[in-house]
Amino acid sequence: MAAQNLQSVPAELSPEEEAEAQAHFDRVMAEDSRIEPKDWMPAAYRKTLLRQISQHAHSEIIGMQPEANWISRAPSLKRKAILMAKVQDEAGHGLYLYSAAETLGQTRDKMMDDLIAGKARYSSIFNYPALTWADMGAIGWLVDGAAICNQVPLCRASYGPYGRAMVRICKEESFHQRQGFEILLELSNGTPEQKQMAQDAVNRWYAPALMMFGPPDDDSPNSKQSMAWNIKRFSNDELRSRFVGMMVEQVRVLGLTLPDDQVRFNEDTRKWEHGPLDWHEFQEVLAGRGPCNAQRLERRRAAHDDGAWVREAAAAYAAKQSKKTKEYAA
Amino acid sequence: MSPHGNPEVPASSATEINRDAQKVSPAVVSTSSTNDRPVVEPVETHDRGAWGLWEVFVRSSRGLSHVHAGSLHAPDAAMALRNARDLYTRRNEGVSIWVVPAEAIAASDPDAKGSFFESPQGKDYRHATYYTKSEGVKHL
Amino acid sequence: MSTPGTNTDATETTGHGDISTGVAGSGDSNASATRITPGNALRPEDIALEVRTGLAEPTEDVAEYALRLGDDALILAQRLGHWISRAPELEEDVALGNIALDQLGHARSFLSYAGGAWDKTEDDLAYFRREHEFRSVQLFEQPNGDFAVTIARQFIVSYYQFELYRRLTESKDATLAAIAAKAVKEVDYHRDHSAQWILRLAGGTEESRTRMIHGLRLMWPYVNELFQDDDLTNRLAEAGAAVAPSTLREDFDRLTGDVLKEAELEVPDVPAAPGGGRFGKHSEHLGYILAEMQVLAREYPGAKW
Repeated sequence: MAAQNLQSVPAELSPEEEAEAQAHFDRVMAEDSRIEPKDWMPAAYRKTLLRQISQHAHSEIIGMQPEANWISRAPSLKRKAILMAKVQDEAGHGLYLYSAAETLGQTRDKMMDDLIAGKARYSSIFNYPALTWADMGAIGWLVDGAAICNQVPLCRASYGPYGRAMVRICKEESFHQRQGFEILLELSNGTPEQKQMAQDAVNRWYAPALMMFGPPDDDSPNSKQSMAWNIKRFSNDELRSRFVGMMVEQVRVLGLTLPDDQVRFNEDTRKWEHGPLDWHEFQEVLAGRGPCNAQRLERRRAAHDDGAWVREAAAAYAAKQSKKTKEYAA
Repeated sequence: MSPHGNPEVPASSATEINRDAQKVSPAVVSTSSTNDRPVVEPVETHDRGAWGLWEVFVRSSRGLSHVHAGSLHAPDAAMALRNARDLYTRRNEGVSIWVVPAEAIAASDPDAKGSFFESPQGKDYRHATYYTKSEGVKHL
Repeated sequence: MSTPGTNTDATETTGHGDISTGVAGSGDSNASATRITPGNALRPEDIALEVRTGLAEPTEDVAEYALRLGDDALILAQRLGHWISRAPELEEDVALGNIALDQLGHARSFLSYAGGAWDKTEDDLAYFRREHEFRSVQLFEQPNGDFAVTIARQFIVSYYQFELYRRLTESKDATLAAIAAKAVKEVDYHRDHSAQWILRLAGGTEESRTRMIHGLRLMWPYVNELFQDDDLTNRLAEAGAAVAPSTLREDFDRLTGDVLKEAELEVPDVPAAPGGGRFGKHSEHLGYILAEMQVLAREYPGAKW
């Protein structure tokens, strides 16, 4: 057996070998076991994962921006520290996810280039502006809440590195939603103006948060395959309904309301239902026609371009040092 | 630099800081200075500006093994260690870190899974549970 | 068969309020690289509590001094926070974020303590003082510039703060000593971070070297102010509560000199700015920093957040 390094490209297989590999893959799926980076996997599985994980990573990185926007203006030093730590965590989460995606044979540079070129997608919710301090609360409570709802089942995703990244992320994010909830709670118990600010933020972020779970099941062609591959564990609508149920409880504690008078628990289906969502708007924002799409990409591009000379300098320095070490050893 | 060191002891003076990437020549680099790891040739850096991929191993507390935590990008070993500290120990996850250039890790071939790991299967006599007649005998 | 440690069924059926318990047993729980703890260190909240309960009460002089150090750290944290989401590489977003958080922690501790003399909270002091009431030296409010400028500022700040806090751990004022004991370890790492980057930028490409030299020249005029003694520091030094800033200079020059020498850089030969930050004289930059930092808190005076 040849030793391999972690980046070895999988060898071409003969038809018989491929059939055997496919059988092994199917067995892993049937047993709900895990696929690891060097395992054979169907090309479509690799592609789907790469797309999903890199989009997830991009969402973390772009998602830093609406909140970073408020670090300098946080109204207390405690809130400033919390927000800074949270936005910084998001950079960390992006990195964990890029790491996981890289094990599928794509470099982070390439993924970053695709993002900056506007070729890659990220969660459309981050194309909405964070207008008031209460948005820090609503983003934490609703957006992170929806994200966690999505992510907890992903801890069991069939692709090992993805699942492991999600475990780490879920652990760290447990504070993200709580700090958002607390911001809203403080505002809600504050002056009438503060309470109004909180309600306004919940009103604006509620629908986009529900749409984070993706299109309705009958309009989500890839979901079925992802479920068969044990990447996705629950359907979009299922998770959305579960999330609405949690929000209904929590919004009462907040002393606020959800901007949806059609929320109800359906006794027959035993599921929570919500009012209609504007999927046209969702598609528009996803297609690049949201309020902040251009701004978000430009900011990422600027950071990347402005940092190019620094990255080059560090690489050049490392090359010089490595050469020196060799000369010294020789 | 001992972020988890004895609070009674003042932090190191500047002269003790290891600022020199070139002194850390093995490709496996550690925050501690034990010598029980294989020495691998330093790996050349690549394109202009692209930082290499490093695998990170974290020891969560003394007495335990280093465990793979994930990976990151860094221009060299010294920066890889620092990036690992910043990225993977923000919540007290570790007391020691190893970083290894991803290219330097040799991995077993997953396709050879069957044969490579077949031999130990069925050799029950390597395990204490195989020896049932001595059950109930004290201190055995 | 399910992979050990990634089974989170329990959390899924109970909502996600308790994710931490759902994943706590993950992997090899003994050797886990994801076991997280809050650690055990002096927090700003502890200082605030001691002040509230009367356990710690600074003299007027000590409060004035703590205010200076708190303002330095606060203004720097505000500057560094801007890098998060804009750094040259994602890993550096995280690194600069950690440094900013350390500085913000020190600021909160010092300000909480200072406030004890005037019955004010950290937030009263941070958000409801005007520009001329801030006591930070001018170096801290200098703009981030490019990454080399930020590194130059970090380099000066961290070597200065290290020498200062190292000595303050022996302050006769127990609270100052305690804050310094926590801070000095963190600042030690900031020193390492900046020195690493000085070496890389100076020894990297021609462009990075040019920028690094430029960054140091931009920041160096503000070095002098760090080491100016005045009546307050003289009184405190006499009482053993603080150290005269001028006594830090020699170690600062030697240690920064070592790094610059290794990077084959000269100590910038530039005229020193007169300073005056300790007495409320600031550069043009501080006003903008405060305008942004304070806007929301001032829009809702008396509100809780």
